Amino acid sequence: MNMFQIKRFGIRIAEWVGEETIAFLEGVGNGGVLLVESAYWIFFGVREKQVVRIDAIIEEMMEIGIRSIPIIALLSGTISVTLTIQGIYTLRVFGAESQVTYGIGFSIVREFAPLITGVLVAGRSGSALAARIGTMKINQEIDALKVMGINPTRFLVVPSLIAMLIMVPLLTFLADIVGLLLAGLYVNAELGISMAAYMHQMINFIGVNDIFFGLLKSVIFAMEITVIAVVNGAAVTGGAEGVGNATTRAVVQSITAIVLTAMLVVLISTRI
Amino acid sequence: MNKKKSVRPATKTQQENIAGKIIEVNNLVAHYGDRMILNNVDMDVREKEIMVIMGGSGSGKSTLLRHLMALERKTSGTMRILGKDIDELNRIELQELRKKMGVAFQSGALFSSMTIGENVMLPLYEHTKLDKHTMEIVARMKLEVVELGGFEDLMPSELSGGMIKRAAFARAIVMDPKILCCDEPSAGLDPVVASALDDLILEMRNATGMSIVVVTHELESAFKIADRITILDRGKILLIGTVDEVKASKNARVQALLNRIPAKDFLDPEQYLSRLVGTNSEGRERL
Repeated sequence: MNMFQIKRFGIRIAEWVGEETIAFLEGVGNGGVLLVESAYWIFFGVREKQVVRIDAIIEEMMEIGIRSIPIIALLSGTISVTLTIQGIYTLRVFGAESQVTYGIGFSIVREFAPLITGVLVAGRSGSALAARIGTMKINQEIDALKVMGINPTRFLVVPSLIAMLIMVPLLTFLADIVGLLLAGLYVNAELGISMAAYMHQMINFIGVNDIFFGLLKSVIFAMEITVIAVVNGAAVTGGAEGVGNATTRAVVQSITAIVLTAMLVVLISTRI
Repeated sequence: MNKKKSVRPATKTQQENIAGKIIEVNNLVAHYGDRMILNNVDMDVREKEIMVIMGGSGSGKSTLLRHLMALERKTSGTMRILGKDIDELNRIELQELRKKMGVAFQSGALFSSMTIGENVMLPLYEHTKLDKHTMEIVARMKLEVVELGGFEDLMPSELSGGMIKRAAFARAIVMDPKILCCDEPSAGLDPVVASALDDLILEMRNATGMSIVVVTHELESAFKIADRITILDRGKILLIGTVDEVKASKNARVQALLNRIPAKDFLDPEQYLSRLVGTNSEGRERL
């Protein structure tokens, strides 16, 4: 490699870093604007004679929430049982396997239920939202909305955002219940602790604030999933391939954001 | 299509009725990134007029149409639509103005999750207080106009290309707009269906008196429907005139377009060489 090639390589790296940084900042900026604009339409839509339609929200809630129930129940149950098996195996070394309920209760309600729900909704509904917006963009449907005097944020984004903000915490609560119940059944079968005793331990140990902590995280995840999906969908260029790329990007970014948020929140909450 | 009606361009009396300017564009300059797409465009569209915008690929005709629909931000220049300066309108005023405009996009841009009837009803649903039954009647009437009566329960994916374009017309005219914009209405259609769409455009203008702006590169279609034609070339207006004026034009680029002769650009040999070897004008190697 001669000096010229090294110089060119260096410039390309710098260009790439610069472009990626600008794209990231642009995405964050667009996401912020989208949230503000969505809030505007929720509170002031009536003033502009463009209300957010309740039927559109219900339709989204059905898609995001009701149709996700089986998979969320299945995965939260499976992961909770896995956690219980591993917990019992680890605590058996210390002869403390009967204490596993404390570990699983805390882990499911505060961490795993919101995380599993967030990741599943990102993969299922976040990707669908990004693909829908992207397809509408390349088919000029978003332009058609604008020309019809219909604000695309109010018409397309706000119903999805509201539905996410309602359904993701509800699904998280469902994941809490299914996870704790199946973990209890396993504890009952493995350690012979009755369900009544297990529930009694859980009620004594898990506070309402722990449940709210998990639900609060799920609200943040809901916002992240919607904003990332819409920003990626709206940035689609180049036809069907562009839609596919945007969908993949939306899922990867959403899951990354969810995991990072979960880590940051637990880090902060355990230090205050 | 059932009975063939005889549809002709505007009669002399109709031409005389073509009155004030409904769209006025002055010194419009538009860029995509660093690339200039429209260069000092001046044009107008008059009441009840069918204005056809023509030009080769990349001439800026679709961009001009997007500006006429206030879908793009211009770099400079002024635009007045229905007497209102676009720059002076706030969001609500722009929204009100847009209700007076209808657009039939090249792809139709029908919402794939809605039936044809729901697509046509959408502007009514969003902007009026009509009850659902009345909206359904209005939508059915508009679908009848475009000869799609009885198709309201079908999904867009169940229609042919020509039917999708007609459904898009029905949606575009459902609010009885004063201006109708059509982007490449006959693109990708067989000659018979394309000709039927031309007839439909003429019928709509003659029946409603709306101004219609059509972007097309189909010469036959343009000559059939246009009251006036604007010819764009590399972002600049080459000519604005009636069909006869366009046909009689001595401009070499207009004649090239009309005779379907690819326009050859003169490229400076030095520029060509530097572009080929990747050097800039000072002879330095580009990285």
